[in-house]
Amino acid sequence: MSDTVLAAARPVASRPSVLSRTFQAMYGRLVIIIPYLWLLVFFLVPFAIVFKISLSQTQIAMPPYAPVFSLTDGFGGLLDQLRQLSIDNYLWLTEDALYFNAYVSSVVIAAVSTVLTLLVGYPVAYGMARAPESWRPTLLMLVILPFWTSFLIRVYAWIGILKPEGLLNQFLQGIGLINEPLIILNTNAAIFIGIVYSYLPFMVLPLYSALEKMDYSLIEAAKDLGCPPISAFWKITFPLSFPGIVAGCLLVFIPAVGEFVIPDLLGGSQTLMIGKTLWNEFFANRDWPVSSAVAVILLLLLVVPIVIFQQSQARAIEQDR
Amino acid sequence: MNARWSPFNVASVTLGLAFLYLPIVILIIFSFNESRLVTVWAGFSTKWYVSLFSNRGLIDAAWVTLRVALISASIATVLGTLAAITLTRYTRFRGRVLFSGMVFAPLVMPEVITGLSLLLLFVAIGLDRGFLTVTLAHITFSMCFVAVVVQSRLLTFDRSLEEAAMDLGAPPVKTFFQVTLPVILPAIISGWMLAFTLSLDDLVIASFTSGPGATTLPMKIYSQVRLGVTPEINAACTILIAVVALGVIAASLVNKRREIQRLRDEQMAQRGA
Amino acid sequence: MKSLGSIRRSFAPWNDPDAKPYIVFENVTKRFGDFTAVNNLSLKIYEREFFALLGASGCGKSTLLRMLAGFDEPTAGRILLDGQDLRGIPPYRRPVNMMFQSYALFPHMTVEANIAFGLKQEGMAKADIEKRVAEMLKLVKLERFAKRKPHQLSGGQRQRVALARSVAKRPKVLLLDEPLGALDKKLREETQFELMDQQQELGLTFVVVTHDQEEAMTMADRIAIMDKGEVMQVATPAEVYEAPSSRFVAGFVGNVNMIEGTVSGRENGVARISDGNGLTIKAENIGDAAAGSAVAFAIRPEKIKVSSRKPDDPGVNVVEGEIYDIAYLGDMTVYHVKLADGQVVKASALNASRITDDPLTWNDRAFISFRPDAGVVLTR
Repeated sequence: MSDTVLAAARPVASRPSVLSRTFQAMYGRLVIIIPYLWLLVFFLVPFAIVFKISLSQTQIAMPPYAPVFSLTDGFGGLLDQLRQLSIDNYLWLTEDALYFNAYVSSVVIAAVSTVLTLLVGYPVAYGMARAPESWRPTLLMLVILPFWTSFLIRVYAWIGILKPEGLLNQFLQGIGLINEPLIILNTNAAIFIGIVYSYLPFMVLPLYSALEKMDYSLIEAAKDLGCPPISAFWKITFPLSFPGIVAGCLLVFIPAVGEFVIPDLLGGSQTLMIGKTLWNEFFANRDWPVSSAVAVILLLLLVVPIVIFQQSQARAIEQDR
Repeated sequence: MNARWSPFNVASVTLGLAFLYLPIVILIIFSFNESRLVTVWAGFSTKWYVSLFSNRGLIDAAWVTLRVALISASIATVLGTLAAITLTRYTRFRGRVLFSGMVFAPLVMPEVITGLSLLLLFVAIGLDRGFLTVTLAHITFSMCFVAVVVQSRLLTFDRSLEEAAMDLGAPPVKTFFQVTLPVILPAIISGWMLAFTLSLDDLVIASFTSGPGATTLPMKIYSQVRLGVTPEINAACTILIAVVALGVIAASLVNKRREIQRLRDEQMAQRGA
Repeated sequence: MKSLGSIRRSFAPWNDPDAKPYIVFENVTKRFGDFTAVNNLSLKIYEREFFALLGASGCGKSTLLRMLAGFDEPTAGRILLDGQDLRGIPPYRRPVNMMFQSYALFPHMTVEANIAFGLKQEGMAKADIEKRVAEMLKLVKLERFAKRKPHQLSGGQRQRVALARSVAKRPKVLLLDEPLGALDKKLREETQFELMDQQQELGLTFVVVTHDQEEAMTMADRIAIMDKGEVMQVATPAEVYEAPSSRFVAGFVGNVNMIEGTVSGRENGVARISDGNGLTIKAENIGDAAAGSAVAFAIRPEKIKVSSRKPDDPGVNVVEGEIYDIAYLGDMTVYHVKLADGQVVKASALNASRITDDPLTWNDRAFISFRPDAGVVLTR
């Protein structure tokens, strides 16, 4: 009897109304379409425009470049415009050694800083991963916290420390280590310090997550098989943290190559970094086509590391899934 | 207590944290300096804070920055959450590789490139530079950070919760709002906070995309820093740091209280109360 | 000759007063902060013995193993291996090797490289390493998998690589932490016998930690039952099962009926135990239980007979009851019989033939019967 009551109370499967069905079907697509369109319009299309402008002529006007495409002239006009495209801006970049040197020195400075950040960050991440489990969230928050305060402020703070009459020199002279103040500000050394300081959390976090995930019994197994601690580190811990090292280095290296604030505030007038060059080309010289060409080359330079980074992120997602 | 927590480990963590915090602490200390110099201590004073609040330019810039940050963080959170759902749930659709590329690339893209390209877009479509363009630019790059934060939470999300909801008769949209959203809400909130601070902090992209009348605080600070280091800037920085630090600490305290409450509830349940 | 259980043992150095123990724990205590994991424990293990530490999780058995391996140092007391005090010797200098519960295979190395790892640490010549690795691969029947990485192996294969890696160095003692815990039931049973054969073949001393009593019973020469950091009993599997020393051990290993009561009288080694509700039984194996003391008569279900007719042997205990529940398991049937005083006794009957001439069903009147020497009297 109770069976019949239940059967009566529960309706047979019912089809949703037409309106709700369309809405449900749209829902799945909307989730994809909205962010997709946004990124297309505000991320990908702008690159196309940068590329286009890098091929046009400089003009003293507003905007300060000759328009390359304009649909008002029809197909004939389009062909005519295509003929006007020029690689003059790129040729200009190759003619002036300034640009080449800026690219090379950006890559060198970023590479050196990345290695330094790794050297500073690895012991910190390692120490955090081996800390008592109850402390780890707190330590993690302490490492992330500075990242929440302004980048500009953190770089600015170093000016007062590194100046010839700054706190570092006062301290070193106070303890009698040096007699003459060290000249650090406005040199590449200051840029290294600035990059290591600003990007340290980006290095520590992926390293920490790689090290923390590692099964500690692997180290015990190595020791059990006769491997002393330091050798166990190089044979087991280090190779297993390699994905973290790659991710951390890319997270530091890629943005560091195009860094503007750090070389501008801490570096000297002779410091060459491409981000600064682009900024000057744009704001001081108002040469939009050349700065676009600079950006295109910078992007080409970074395409390989960015793709590696994106692949490693995608792989990490697949593994966690 | 723990054999693995060796002196070497303690030392490296301590030194690392000291390196991260010392410059900030020094900056804060010198904002209370009596002297104009930021390297020589001449006694305690709050006069730089007073002069800061009579600086109309800085106050206006702060107001602009706050509005940009609030609006852009909110929209970026919605878009970033949608992007995160797309990345974790829709594994097969045309253009997925391009999509995940567009989400991850801005995380590492040098700001000068993002800034320049957005500016050229705004010029090309004839949009006047100002409040709107800065906000659009900030939405674009911070939504990717939100997407990454929310996505990492979605990856650990137990899908059988959604299946249970649908089995009990909730259609997909209802399932999302009544089951999925409440569970991933903490991640969405921290995504919002991240987007908010990123917008608050940004100098380079704002410099490219903003126009007259929409000068943000970092732009203002930057132009003054170029003229020289002053305690007034230290004071402005201290206030910014204090606001952010209070926000983060408050959020983590709320989280911790909730966690403790949960543990207590679980213990009660275990004891059969 | 009478013997407990069904196995006659020739290997029993623990009964020989002249035998020198190989591993000695002397009053070992280990504390982690406020928590005492191992409490003033002493234990002797002999050469070539297959020794099992059995207990629930958190009883201190793994801590004991880790102290032997050198990952933890005792807070007090000492551990001797072949007469040598192990204090202060780091794990990488101890002649013992461990097989980890998670196997701890190095994920970035091949099977071959994993097995060779310990040998390389010794600085063994390359040719010798190759020879030994080949030998080990043959021992665990994994010759074809030498070049594979751990994630390309099944659970059983990983277990065998872990074993090969830990015995490759020919340690004096092999420590095994839940060696079969990650395998499914069928594979576990096969592997138990493999491990026993390999131990015989290699002539090693094995100390294995497990929470699975069947595993310990099958493999070990002797078992130490542990609880709250202390050893409750050390004995052969048969002694542990047939002559448990305490209520805890009796209840921990296998199924048992515990009839609580007081000794109301004893004569000629036979005691009368009354539960105060009208039930009185005769029991042998009374040990030192004095008249009037509170004891438990522990008896295994398979030693109790159930029948519908009252047995007429005057020597046995006969109690009337009612069939309360029946579990038919195929090889045997377990009857839950409710006695007049309300307590439920489990009795299991082997289904030795396909057809029974005394079928019992729910709510039937039934008689349980058992000999006075079928159980043991426990005072602790």
